[in-house]
Amino acid sequence: MSNEAVLHAHSDAAAHDAHGDHHHEHHHHETFISKYVFSQDHKMIAKQFLITGMFWAVLGGLMSVLFRLQLGYPDATFPWLEDILGKWAKGGRITPEAYYALVTTHGTVLVFFVLTAGLSGTFANFLIPLQIGARDMASPFMNMLSYWFFFAASIVMISSIFVETGPFSGGWTAYPPLSALGDASPGSKTGMDLWMISMALFVVSSLLGGLNYIATVLNMRTKGMSMTRLPLTIWALFFTAVLGVLSFPVLFSGFILLIFDRNFGTSFYLSDIFISGVGALPNEGGSAILYQHLFWFLGHPEVYIILLPAMGMVSEILSVNSRKPIFGYMAMIGSMFAIAVLAFLVWAHHMFVTGLNPFLGSIFVLLTLLIAVPSAIKVFNWLTTLWRGNIRFTPGMMFAIGFVSLFISGGLTGIWLGNSALDIHLHDTYFVIAHFHIVMGVASMFGMFAGIYHWFPKMYGRYLNNSMGYIHFWVTIAGAYLIFWPMHYEGLAGMPRRYYDYSIWESFKQFAELNRFISTVAMIVFAVQLLFLFNFFYSIFKGRKVTVQNPWNANTLEWTAPIRPGHGNWVGEIPEVHRWAYDYGKDGKEFIPQTTPVGADESHH
Amino acid sequence: MTMFLTIAVIVLIFVVIFQIAKASEYVSVLKGEDVSRKQNNKINGFLMVVFLVLGMIGVWYCNKLYFGKTLLAVDSASVEGARVDSMLWITLAVTGIVFIATQILLFWFAYKYQESDKRKVFYFPHDNRLEVLWTIIPAIVLTILVVIGLRNWFLFTGEPPKEAMVVEVTGKQFNWIFRYPGKDGAFGKKYYKNIDDASGNALGVLWDDKLSHDDIVTDKMVLVKGRPVKLIIGARDVIHDVGLSHFRMKMDAVPGIPTTMWFTPKYTTKEMKELTKNPDFVYEISCDQMCGNGHYSMKGIIEVLDQEEYDIWLAKQKPQYLVANPDKDPENAKPAAADTAKAATKVVAKL
Repeated sequence: MSNEAVLHAHSDAAAHDAHGDHHHEHHHHETFISKYVFSQDHKMIAKQFLITGMFWAVLGGLMSVLFRLQLGYPDATFPWLEDILGKWAKGGRITPEAYYALVTTHGTVLVFFVLTAGLSGTFANFLIPLQIGARDMASPFMNMLSYWFFFAASIVMISSIFVETGPFSGGWTAYPPLSALGDASPGSKTGMDLWMISMALFVVSSLLGGLNYIATVLNMRTKGMSMTRLPLTIWALFFTAVLGVLSFPVLFSGFILLIFDRNFGTSFYLSDIFISGVGALPNEGGSAILYQHLFWFLGHPEVYIILLPAMGMVSEILSVNSRKPIFGYMAMIGSMFAIAVLAFLVWAHHMFVTGLNPFLGSIFVLLTLLIAVPSAIKVFNWLTTLWRGNIRFTPGMMFAIGFVSLFISGGLTGIWLGNSALDIHLHDTYFVIAHFHIVMGVASMFGMFAGIYHWFPKMYGRYLNNSMGYIHFWVTIAGAYLIFWPMHYEGLAGMPRRYYDYSIWESFKQFAELNRFISTVAMIVFAVQLLFLFNFFYSIFKGRKVTVQNPWNANTLEWTAPIRPGHGNWVGEIPEVHRWAYDYGKDGKEFIPQTTPVGADESHH
Repeated sequence: MTMFLTIAVIVLIFVVIFQIAKASEYVSVLKGEDVSRKQNNKINGFLMVVFLVLGMIGVWYCNKLYFGKTLLAVDSASVEGARVDSMLWITLAVTGIVFIATQILLFWFAYKYQESDKRKVFYFPHDNRLEVLWTIIPAIVLTILVVIGLRNWFLFTGEPPKEAMVVEVTGKQFNWIFRYPGKDGAFGKKYYKNIDDASGNALGVLWDDKLSHDDIVTDKMVLVKGRPVKLIIGARDVIHDVGLSHFRMKMDAVPGIPTTMWFTPKYTTKEMKELTKNPDFVYEISCDQMCGNGHYSMKGIIEVLDQEEYDIWLAKQKPQYLVANPDKDPENAKPAAADTAKAATKVVAKL
């Protein structure tokens, strides 16, 4: 018996059945282009988002490895760096320009391309129709456009790396005047133009996607699927889409003004500027702070755009694998709603030290710390969901538990930073780096991994390799803490972020050894992500085949579809829904799918 | 060569992991998926507790290694900064307790409630009392933190005491310029289009304004121990940030929009050298807002002196008006001045 035969022995019969159905459903011929490239099937678009997101995650992660190399080994030279980067690493040492370009692109790419497009682009597309019981999105064509605008944004962003004056290097927040004046920084020349074009395309992409998600969730739920029977994933993705639709246009308007300031001589953000070597600029009367208000009006909701989908998926995965209903379903929706509303009212906590009116600042302190309440509710509800459950440690479940751990750790430091009187000390130090990487970066990555491990069988009809999944999890969570936990201490020493070299600073040079340690761990963690990627692509083609329709014994609708659903998802009628998604362990029954009618003798909860 | 070797080793490790992972998958299929799943479950459940214990030890060890290198190891260098520190300790206590409690619950539950054939799941979809409890308690605790925070915030951002001295700080790529108002206690007006580095007018001061004539411009900030100082902060080109980590203060320098900040230095530089046991100690101003490729090198120095030392230092400074306009400097016009002096004595003698 060959290995292949061992792995797939039981699967053939079921697979044949599924294929049989598939052929009945689809008589029209699909070409390679219409199936894999310009596909209008939400599942294929989800995969496109996912794989493009993975590409960016590797590139963005690699960038962080490169700049960590500089931070960890500021005196060393690596001749191979010059081979790769050419003039950006003369003599094997990354130049300050290249360092800042790497930091900036890493931030932009990870926040927008990976954790926005890669995360909600993937799972909103994949899960919304399957979990609400729809055959596709409200507008499959717009959905396709959404991906291709993202693709175009990616192309433009990549091309900016190859510009002679270098990619944009003023930080992912792109504060003017630095981002507005090519004379102040070479990265603000052509590189910034391309950065903004790319971001504009990206905004279009996320608006097309977001409108579609909202329309689909509101209008296309199957019979019986009332809003209060939706799985929490859908609620989370719905709030995410609302946040995006309301806030991205504001960012866009900020960019438009910046384009005018850069190219057409306006003074929205510019005033009283004298550039050494150039002289005084004519612009007067603008406000550099205005941009920050516009930017953070998106920028803060953006944090929740990244975090909410992860929260939703984690809620679902924790419940499924604890074999227990999610605790406080309505409270979970309520807290997500509260987070979504508050997300719009806290943006200025990024601006406590800009000279903001102190009274205004105090209002933002209050509203910011208010967010801790719904966050606390969510954490305690997750913990209670685990309590007295019967936990199966699938790799998806492990990442979900890891998410909760990271969300607690990073969320608590938000209470420090949200309090302006502490922020005045900790602002823009490594404390902030530690905070947002743990709570938003790594935690959301964990949410994404949890989602990938959990829904991979639905996406590709095969399993990911479990052992590699476990290695991936344990190394990543240990590594994440080893990298970011000590950064709190650097922050408490006042060590500023975005520094190329600390050795000239009497106040910050004591961390050289720690920086080297962090860089080393970062490289190991990065290597382990490559192991995950290998597992992903290998398993698409060679993974163990899924032989049962509902491998996790889950209640939600996607598991009532065929193992490899075609375009249209269900063969024949769309299933009808009779209950909420979380009847696990009710009345002694292991699980009761949403499609099961409520029995006469069933208990009420 | 080493590079290829490293890559080869990494690839080898990958292959080994992959082979093991693949093999374990075959074994699990042959052994029966249920059996191997339960085995994996036991291992991972155990590792959850191991991770919790090692993690807590790691937290302690990290603190042991690095606490001494943070600013908390020595007293705050400003009177107001001490409030930041005490608030920081309170916040640490609150969040620390929550951190330890919730992490223990999370990993302990994961271990304790791992799959077992004997356990019957507790169907527990909601409980209003519990939910109200963990809505109200965080709300109360946060209210306390907000009250403490805002009291400090309004102190920090409020008006400085009347006796405060005033220093103007201007950031530019990539250094700091400081201006003292001189004896008249007022700064001369400035306009950015007058900036001319070559002729000693880096700030664009209007020399027509008489108030500017005694303004002193320096490349280092000198402060007095125990005397509050108000900083008037501006920028010449892009946004910078006056980061004063030892004083626990920070404020952006924005072109076109002046900002302010005040604090009271508590220790002279000399005293800080003793406190930190670092003979090279200096108060550094770090630029804390990305300002271009030289951002990391944008350092300013603050020296805190006693009042007498400060008076001596101040007396030695020459007003920038005289530096920029050497023809107006009496020292440069010595012969003429000497003549006038002689003439004056004559007049006195005659009388």
